[in-house]
Amino acid sequence: MIRDITIGQYYQTESVIHRLDPRVKLLGTLLFIIALFNYKNPVGYALGIIFLFAVIKLSHVPVKFITKGLKGIFIIMLMTVLINLFLTPGNTAITLGKLTITYEGIATAFSMMLRLMLLIMGSSIVTLTTTPNNLTDGLEKGLGFLKIFKVPVGDVAMMMSIALRFIPILLEETDRIMKAQLARGADFESGNLIKKAKSLVPVLVPLFVSAFRRAGDLAMAMEARCYRGGDGRTKMKPLIYKKRDAFGYLVLFSFAGISIFLGRWHIITEFFNSLYVNYILK
Amino acid sequence: MDIVKTDKLVFEYIRRDEEGNPVDITTALDHVNIDVKQGEFVGILGHNGSGKSTFAKHLNAILYPTEGKVYVDDMDTMDDSKLWDVRKSAGMVFQNPDNQIIGQVVEEDVGFGPENLGVPTKEIWERVEESLRAVDMIDFRKKSPNKLSGGQKQRVSIAGVLAMHPKCIILDEPTAMLDPSGRKEVVRAIRGLNDVEKMTVILITHYMDEVVHADRIFVMDKGKVVMQGTPKEIFSDVPTLTKLRLDVPGPTRIAWELKKKGLPLPDGILTCDELIREIQKCR
Amino acid sequence: MPLILDHVCQIYNADTEHPVKALDDVSLVIPEGQFIGVIGHTGSGKSTLMQHLNGLMKPTSGTILYNGRDISDKDFDKKELRRHVGLVFQYPEHQLFETDVFADVCFGPRNMGMSKKETELTAFDALRKVAFPEDLYYASVFELSGGQKRRAAIAGVLAMKPDFLILDEPTAGLDPVGRYEILDMVAKLHKEAGITIILVSHSMEDVAMYVERVLVMDHGRVAFDDTPREVFSHSAELEEMGLAIPEPSKITRKLIELGIDADPGVLTATEAADSIYEALMRAK
Repeated sequence: MIRDITIGQYYQTESVIHRLDPRVKLLGTLLFIIALFNYKNPVGYALGIIFLFAVIKLSHVPVKFITKGLKGIFIIMLMTVLINLFLTPGNTAITLGKLTITYEGIATAFSMMLRLMLLIMGSSIVTLTTTPNNLTDGLEKGLGFLKIFKVPVGDVAMMMSIALRFIPILLEETDRIMKAQLARGADFESGNLIKKAKSLVPVLVPLFVSAFRRAGDLAMAMEARCYRGGDGRTKMKPLIYKKRDAFGYLVLFSFAGISIFLGRWHIITEFFNSLYVNYILK
Repeated sequence: MDIVKTDKLVFEYIRRDEEGNPVDITTALDHVNIDVKQGEFVGILGHNGSGKSTFAKHLNAILYPTEGKVYVDDMDTMDDSKLWDVRKSAGMVFQNPDNQIIGQVVEEDVGFGPENLGVPTKEIWERVEESLRAVDMIDFRKKSPNKLSGGQKQRVSIAGVLAMHPKCIILDEPTAMLDPSGRKEVVRAIRGLNDVEKMTVILITHYMDEVVHADRIFVMDKGKVVMQGTPKEIFSDVPTLTKLRLDVPGPTRIAWELKKKGLPLPDGILTCDELIREIQKCR
Repeated sequence: MPLILDHVCQIYNADTEHPVKALDDVSLVIPEGQFIGVIGHTGSGKSTLMQHLNGLMKPTSGTILYNGRDISDKDFDKKELRRHVGLVFQYPEHQLFETDVFADVCFGPRNMGMSKKETELTAFDALRKVAFPEDLYYASVFELSGGQKRRAAIAGVLAMKPDFLILDEPTAGLDPVGRYEILDMVAKLHKEAGITIILVSHSMEDVAMYVERVLVMDHGRVAFDDTPREVFSHSAELEEMGLAIPEPSKITRKLIELGIDADPGVLTATEAADSIYEALMRAK
């Protein structure tokens, strides 16, 4: 299951989204998330979905690759849906024994699920179309103002970039260690939660040992290549805004503005409310 | 001129207990004198635990001598003010291909060293290109390192060091974790660097066949240099090498066994072609 | 009981544009008692094959039979299979996790449901079989040398008393003497404890000296399945697969081409020297 998480994996291809400045993409994700949580009616969501799929199309990343990321958060999604479904007060739609499902519950559960899905897919696109180095460059520059508060932005950015590079390697390693312990008769599936947690010790210990060994090796390799913190470094690929980035910002802000406006516009919201009152409740 | 020179280099690992009192001292390097001239290809051989990797780490100022001196391009590695110049002059490639690639894209990794040195952007691109060409990896410049074979990853690591324009390059068992075809391509790349680019190379390994083309070989055991000379001189002494837990190249061993039987073969046969030629003469 | 593979296929990324056929219609019988070498370059499918024999993967198609039963069956007890078929992964020392060597070796037998006493006895027995130094039985894993760690890890699998022992590149990263020590130990396990050995390697030299049967994997298929002598006589095909034949064989073959009447089937340097010498003497 951990292998399905697509966040932190780069999908190599050529596209306009790939070439976009990472700062545009990062701010875009932020705006997209803000917009998502401001919608009050289906028009907002519809615009959000259209926008997301337009970006996916432009990015040349297969949709299957992006939706794969959803598998990883399936449990969280299921829980959110169930909690909202059963615990939202309102007009009863279905009764299952002691449990009641309300129309409001269905609506909230559905919108929560949609939000989560769009959120994960939206943030996956950034990591799928931006190399970690580029991404950290974007963060480093975008958050550069924090340097005033003595935050070592450069070092933190480097740490993040390395963490991202090692995710696939450590996942592979986890897989290998699990198989090796399975071959020694380990059992990761049966038993209660405590037993299951205990059965992970033979996987976690070697994994940590190996992660520390790798970290040591890597630190040495970086020092040998004269890494001494962010100061005085030059960039192979410095971030310089191009025309397309200005256009990107324009598209983003207009999308966020229009979709939030329509998604919260009381006339549209009331229209859908009246549909609900007139057709479903009756 | 000597690029690398060590003068009675001693290094001791000191193990301490919880209070910080020394409990155990291991002498990893014991009065090692090794000198490498500009443009040379030097092989350092030894079995696991012979001290050869500890030696390598001294050349890059990752470890400092307990006694004696290490000079890289006439700079004392103990001189703190020269630390980054030493590291820039003596580029280092390590054993594990996965644990030394920093970038997520091949070309970005190769650019990492020059970035740290403060090289201007335009020149970084030139250096990346020429370094990737030198190890024949230019076609992979946009690829993710995770998609490469072990041999290809090591060649990227070599390019990453080359891009820093070092005076010499030290390879610490670069092939130990590779399969035979990966080993072959890395060794070919290393020889190319020395032959074509005239790069000074120090190759540390336990595979004998990788250093048959070296100019000089040092054999280490228990932290000491126990043999030194040309490959021909070193590999003529099969019994000593065997005693040092080292193998000899296949052709050399066959030649040695034939000689023991009384065939008049010359000493120090290193390659298949050489052996076949000499056997032909005996008919 | 033999292990049987019947038309086994394994396809990775089947639903993408670039499916990879890791195993392509592999049929094999592995009877008890043999010492088998499996060679192939990285990506030839040899590691996938090994994992199948241990039930760690499910074949895309085809069946693997042990004891006459399909090991992919839902009610087939995989633990029972893993007790009889031990698998030692590449760099097995990376999976050690207990505080000391002995406790780690006990992990396997304990999982197999052996009693405490039985577990300890088999653990001692396994450590002795791999010639692990006695004064280090209770040492921490971090105090061991590379070769010692490797032995400890192999003992961890051996302690389950398997009938089959599969070793994936057991000599990777070791120096020449370390390599021969491990291989000699494995050969001893075969000879003295009667364990069926499947040795996966990309080093022809390692395999040539020890095994009685060589499987050559190439692009997920079994390209050759014969005695080392027979297999190494196909030097041209092997080289095309990116596999170098042992140097002594190569040299002897070249000499035969030049008219020296040596034995084409030699595998080791000593054999080659003997045969070349005799041929030269005969000619005189």
